[in-house]
Amino acid sequence: MGEFFAGWFPAGWEFLGYTVAALIQAFLLVNVIALGAFVFIWAERKVSGRIQDRLGPTRTGGAFGWLQSLADGIKLLSKEDLMPKDADPILFKIAPYVAFAASFAAFMALPFASGWVALHLNIGLFFLIAVLGLEVFGVILAGYSSGSKWSLFGAMRQAAQVVSYEVPLGICVIVPVMICGTMDLVAIGDQQRGLFTNWLIFHDPFVFIVFWVYFTCAVASVNRAPFDLAEAESELVAGFLTEYSGMRWSLFFMAEYGSMILVSALAAILFFGGWNGPIPIFSALMDWFPDYLGNCWWFSSIANIFGVICLLIKASLGVIGMMWVRWTFPRLRVDQVITMCLKYCVPISAVCLLGVMFWTALGVPFFNDLLPAQERALVREGWFKTGEKQAEALLQSLSSSTDKTGDVE
Amino acid sequence: MTPLLAATGEAAINWHTVMFYVISLCACGFAVIVAMTNNIVRMAFALIVSLAATSGLLFLAGAYFVGAIQLMIYVGGTVVLLIFGVMLTAQKAFVTMQTKASDWILGLLVGGTLLAVLVQLVFLIPQWQSSDYQSNMDAELIAFAKELTSQQARGDEITEEQRRKLELMAAKASEGMPQRTGEIGLALLGVRADKIENEETGLAGYLLPFEIISVHLLVVLVGAAFLARAKRHHHGDDQR
Repeated sequence: MGEFFAGWFPAGWEFLGYTVAALIQAFLLVNVIALGAFVFIWAERKVSGRIQDRLGPTRTGGAFGWLQSLADGIKLLSKEDLMPKDADPILFKIAPYVAFAASFAAFMALPFASGWVALHLNIGLFFLIAVLGLEVFGVILAGYSSGSKWSLFGAMRQAAQVVSYEVPLGICVIVPVMICGTMDLVAIGDQQRGLFTNWLIFHDPFVFIVFWVYFTCAVASVNRAPFDLAEAESELVAGFLTEYSGMRWSLFFMAEYGSMILVSALAAILFFGGWNGPIPIFSALMDWFPDYLGNCWWFSSIANIFGVICLLIKASLGVIGMMWVRWTFPRLRVDQVITMCLKYCVPISAVCLLGVMFWTALGVPFFNDLLPAQERALVREGWFKTGEKQAEALLQSLSSSTDKTGDVE
Repeated sequence: MTPLLAATGEAAINWHTVMFYVISLCACGFAVIVAMTNNIVRMAFALIVSLAATSGLLFLAGAYFVGAIQLMIYVGGTVVLLIFGVMLTAQKAFVTMQTKASDWILGLLVGGTLLAVLVQLVFLIPQWQSSDYQSNMDAELIAFAKELTSQQARGDEITEEQRRKLELMAAKASEGMPQRTGEIGLALLGVRADKIENEETGLAGYLLPFEIISVHLLVVLVGAAFLARAKRHHHGDDQR
């Protein structure tokens, strides 16, 4: 995309093209979070209403209350921006932005379709996990700078929770990395091409268990109920954001919804085939008409757009699952939260890690037709042989070109 | 990687350089704020921004793995630890800290020494002096390939040694800046992908020293936890 826009500008001013490309990508990503929050705040009200045998919003914007989030946004914008007397003014004002920026930065490395990613990193997954851990910093800043003991309690609870749930989350994320042999999210998604039996969740029984552990840890690390004791409204009013109002408060909520979308999309990529639909219509078409569609840019673009839709549907299902969990389970106490993490999630994920290791190492028959283990090992060895292959190709082209020139002469 | 390097060519205003200046200004500015501020939590905030900007510099240099490690270990881990430490220990006297003159002298001494070492290091390795490592590599490869072509045209056989050299150059040019996670991981296990041309040093690994240091750190952590744990009262004492 950068090169495409760089071509529009005269020589010496290509950097403007790269800036335009960066701005477009940033705009798209901000809108993923903003529109996602817009839709999911409305969906949360509808889901909670249904679960509690109510209707939820019904008036604003038609029968389903479509515009409820917009009305909420206008209300929040018009609210007064309050700050407690004892607060640390600089940190208090900056904390929501830190939390939002941490959540937003993670989207940079999240692929939405094969190759459609703002920053293609060969360690994308590691980057995502590293950035996800930064969100707690905004929370701690908010809790500490508010000058209120409720906020401080909430921030400490959430920090303890998020930091401890990073451990099982990290172990769960290693499992797909181990199966695919790469930390590149695009490659992990592309390896699950084909029928839905190729999705990693159907790879073996251990991965199936790991997904549920991942989902639990993800719910805990984005601080949703039943792990929301950090903002337990009965004891702490609202936890670390007790003292916030108006837009700053809503920035925290944007960050929370952003991380919910992020962990759900990550689950979709790691376990549910990412942008690959359950039935590979587009690749089948490409196989049937290789001459017409093989190198056709608009066809692959359409395939990618369907991929984006597929990924967003899977991510939305994950977010709605989180809402379902929130309105179904009672809140856990702090000791139950830590027990859940250390006594259940960590051992289960560690055992599953070993199980997947032995499953792949012993070559137990797969339920799917991912690349066979030996072939994948060859691909990995190929990393060191790319140079050799290139040199071979170069030499061949050299000799053929000399042959040709020799013929002409 | 490619657009980033393509942009470092002849462009009048090089956005790579602009980003470098912006991010390094951020890193240095917040580092100065760490030294100048009295409030310990603001210090921690400035430190985290400075460290994050440093990881931005690493990303700009194409060292994605090291950049992500910087984010995870320093920004994510250490600063959370620092903030926990600050919050759990900070009493009235420690929340605001004055920097004494002796601290300034010591800090300048250590910082100046580090700067001197780093500046020397920067100008030590010729590749680091130019920002277009990739294009130099490509130019070298093309020159060597042309040489081989002319050799072939003259009717000479290409020797095994030349072939191997071409392979290595092609590998280097195709890899670009060394940034592969797999290679770093293998380097820890004793296989140095960047030194594979040299048979003697190719297998020099750092796994053992690394393991010893990490186990040592673990022992230190366990010891610290043991010393700092809450002393348990006897049952009889509670009933007193």
